[in-house]
Amino acid sequence: MEMFDLTLIWAFIIGFGIMMYVLMDGFDLGLGILYPFAPDEDARDVMMNSVAPIWDGNETWLVLGGAGLLGAFPLVYSVFLPALYIGVFLMLAGLIFRGVAFEFRFKSRRNRRWWNRAFCWGSAVAAFAQGAVVGAYIQGFPVEDFVYVGGAFDWLTPFSVLTGLGLMAGYALLGATWLILKSEGHVQDWAYKITPLLLALVLFVFAVISLWTPFINPLVRERWFGNMQLIWIFPFLALACSFLVYRSVQKRRESVPFLATIGIYVFTYLGLIVSKWPVIVPPNYTLWDAASAPESQLFLLVGMVFVIPIILAYTAWTYWVFRGKVRVGEGYH
Amino acid sequence: MELDPLVLSRLQFAFVVSFHAIFPVFTIGLASYIALLHGLFFKTQNPAWDRLSLFWTKVFAVVFGMGVVSGIVMSFQFGTNWSNFSQASSNFLGPMLSYEVVTAFFLEAAFLGVLLFGRGKVPQGVHLFAAIMVAVGTFISSFWILSANSWLHTPAGVELIDSSFHVTSWSEAIFNPSFPYRFMHMAVASFLTGGFVVAGVSAWFLLRDRDPEANRRALSMCLWLLLFLAPTQAVIGDFHGINTLEHQPTKVAAMEGHWETSTNVPLLLFAIPDQEAQTNHFEIGIPSLASLILTHSPDGEVPGITEAAPDEQPPVLIVFWAFRAMVGIGLLMIAISLTGLVLRRKGRIYNQRLFLKALVAIIPLPFAAVLAGWIVTESGRSPWLVYGMMTHAEGLTPSLTGPMALFTLIGYALVYGVVFYAGVYYLTRVVRNGMLPEEERETTDDNFKRPMRPLSAAHTPFDDDVDPVRS
Repeated sequence: MEMFDLTLIWAFIIGFGIMMYVLMDGFDLGLGILYPFAPDEDARDVMMNSVAPIWDGNETWLVLGGAGLLGAFPLVYSVFLPALYIGVFLMLAGLIFRGVAFEFRFKSRRNRRWWNRAFCWGSAVAAFAQGAVVGAYIQGFPVEDFVYVGGAFDWLTPFSVLTGLGLMAGYALLGATWLILKSEGHVQDWAYKITPLLLALVLFVFAVISLWTPFINPLVRERWFGNMQLIWIFPFLALACSFLVYRSVQKRRESVPFLATIGIYVFTYLGLIVSKWPVIVPPNYTLWDAASAPESQLFLLVGMVFVIPIILAYTAWTYWVFRGKVRVGEGYH
Repeated sequence: MELDPLVLSRLQFAFVVSFHAIFPVFTIGLASYIALLHGLFFKTQNPAWDRLSLFWTKVFAVVFGMGVVSGIVMSFQFGTNWSNFSQASSNFLGPMLSYEVVTAFFLEAAFLGVLLFGRGKVPQGVHLFAAIMVAVGTFISSFWILSANSWLHTPAGVELIDSSFHVTSWSEAIFNPSFPYRFMHMAVASFLTGGFVVAGVSAWFLLRDRDPEANRRALSMCLWLLLFLAPTQAVIGDFHGINTLEHQPTKVAAMEGHWETSTNVPLLLFAIPDQEAQTNHFEIGIPSLASLILTHSPDGEVPGITEAAPDEQPPVLIVFWAFRAMVGIGLLMIAISLTGLVLRRKGRIYNQRLFLKALVAIIPLPFAAVLAGWIVTESGRSPWLVYGMMTHAEGLTPSLTGPMALFTLIGYALVYGVVFYAGVYYLTRVVRNGMLPEEERETTDDNFKRPMRPLSAAHTPFDDDVDPVRS
C-alpha cells in the first residue's frame, strides 16, 4: 500500500467528479438562469428539451461529490456542510424546484408560468449557492479540533456573494453556448447574440475575484506573487479560451463556443486548485488531515476503478442517442 | 420554549426521509413491472402491452423525478445536521453511499433518459434493455442503502478507535445480521406497493370500461403476484422479528408493549402504553400468542422493555401502534388478495364492482404500511443512532442552533408541501387521461390547444395543406 498515496488518488477522483458536475449540471442550470430572457415560449421548450433526457445524470455527479467526500475526505463533508447549513438548504430547495419543473411544466396548462419561474429561480438559487461555496472555501472556516465552531452566516460575505454571482454568470455562459450547439433558427440566433455579453460579464467578475482573492488570503498571495511563476499559465490559457469563444461566435461556429467555454472552466478550476493545494479545509487542514481510513479509501477505490469508466461510457452513449438539434415542437415523451 | 436542535433535527430527518421513502418504494416495484411490460411487448408484439407500458412510464417519470430530488436532500442531511455522526461513521457509510451512487444512481439516471425519451430514437430491443437497467438500478440502490441502514441497527465488522468507526471486516459490516431480513422485507414491500397501485388504477380503468383488454391483463397479473407476495411478506416479517428479538430485544418488547420479562406473553390487540408509569392501560390480548410467535413456544420467555434503563428505552406508544398499523394493513392485503382468488374462480374479478372499488380505495394503504414499518424500526432504535454505540445526541452537529434547525425544518416542509401537492395533482391528471384513445385525451399542452376542426377525427381531407400530388 505504501506504493501509492491513496489520498492523492482520491484527491484526483473527487476533483474530477466536481469538475464533471460543474460542467454538466452547469449548462442545465445556465439554461434555467437564461429562461426568463428567452425570446418566446417555443425557445423555452427547446431549451428544456435539450437537457430533459440528461439532467438527472448530470445532477448525479453532485450526489457523487457528496457521497465521495464522505467516503474519502469526511472532514470536508463534516465541516463544509454545517458551516454552509443555510446555503446548502437554499441550494437543495433550488435543485428540487428546477428538477420537478422538468416533469410538471410539460404537464401543466394554466400554471405553466409558475413552473417556468420555478425552473428559473431554482436554477439561479442553486447556482448562486454553489458559487458562494467556492467563495467560502477561499475564505476558510473557523474550525477547532476538527469541528466547525462558527455561526450560521459566516459564509455570507461580500466576497462569497460576488463568487455566487460569478458562477451564475459562468453557468449562463455555458448554457448559452450549449444552446448554440443544440438549437437552430431564431433560438440559435438569440444564443449567438447573448454569448458575447455573458462572456464580458464573466470576464469582469472573474477579474474582480482574482484581484480580490490575494487580499483576503495570504497563502494565495504568496503563491501568485512568490516564486511559482509557472502557475500564471492557467489564467493566460483561460483568457485564450475566452478569446476563442468570442471569435467562434463571430464566425458562427456551432460547437467551438461550448468547448472553449469548457476550457475557461478547466483552467480557472486548475488555477483555484494550485492556489490552495494541498489545503482542503482552509485555513489549517490538508488533504491528508481530512482523509478517511486507508482501508476505506482502498475498498472504495477498487470499485471506482472499474465502475467510473463504465459510467463515462454509457453516459457518452446517452449523449450520442440524443445528439443533434432539438427542434421547436418536438414532443415530450 | 427553548428550541432544541436535537429534537428539531430528528423531526426534520424523519420528515425528509419519510417523504423520500414513499417514492422509491413505489418506483422499485413499478420499474420491474415496466421492464416486464416491455419484455412482453418485445416477445409477443401485442399492442396492449405497449399501451400499458406507455401509460405506466408516464406515471413512473413523475414519481421517479420526485424521488430523485428528495433523495439528493438525503445525501446532504447527514453532514448538515449530523456531522459528528458522519465524521465517526464515514469509514463505513462513505463507501456504502458512494457505491450506491456509482453502481445504481448513474445507471438509473442514464437509462431513464433513454426509457423516457428514447422511443423511436433507439431500436426496440435497446429500449427494453434500458427499462431493465432502470429496474436493476433500483435494486442495486436498495441493496447498498439497506445495508447501511441495517448496520445502524446491528453494527458489525467495525471497531471504535478514538470515537471513530474503523472497518475490520467489510463482509461482516455489509452483510450485517439484520441486513438479509430487512432487504427481503423491503423488496417485497416495494412489489406489494407497486402491485396494489397498478391493481387499483387498473380497477379504476375497468370501472370506466377504458381499454378493458389491456387493463384486464394488468389486473389479473397483479392479483396473481399479490396472492403470492402478501402471505410471503407475513412470513418474512416473522423472520425479521425473530432476528430483531435476538439483536434488539428492547425494540421487539416495545412493539409488543411488553414491559416486564416473563413467559406466556399475550399478544396485545389493544393497549395504551404509559412510558412514565412503565406499564400499559386498557390491555386486551390473546394469551401466550406473542410468546408463540416470537419463540415458537407458548411458554417461551420474552425480555421486557424494563431490561433497558428508562433513558435507553424507545418511545413505546409510537412503536407499539405503528407496528399494529403495519400488521393490520398487511392482514388486510392478504384478505384482499384471497378475495381476488375466490372471485377469479367464479370468473368475476373484472366485473365485481365492489371489489374493483375496494382496490381503488386501498391504493394509499401500502404506502401507509411502509411508513409505519419504518417508524417501528427507526423509533425502536432510539435513543441509539448506531445501536449500542452512539446516541442521537452524540451524533448531532455541534454548531447547529435551534433557530437554524427550525428554519430548515419549516423550509423543507414548505418546499415538499408544494412539490407533493403538485405531484399528486399531475399524477391524478395522468391517470384521468390514461389509457384513452388519442382523440379523447384532454390536451395537456398549450401548443395543442388550437381549436379542433369538427371533422378532423374522421381524417377528412378538409385541410388547407392538401397533398399537392393528389390534388
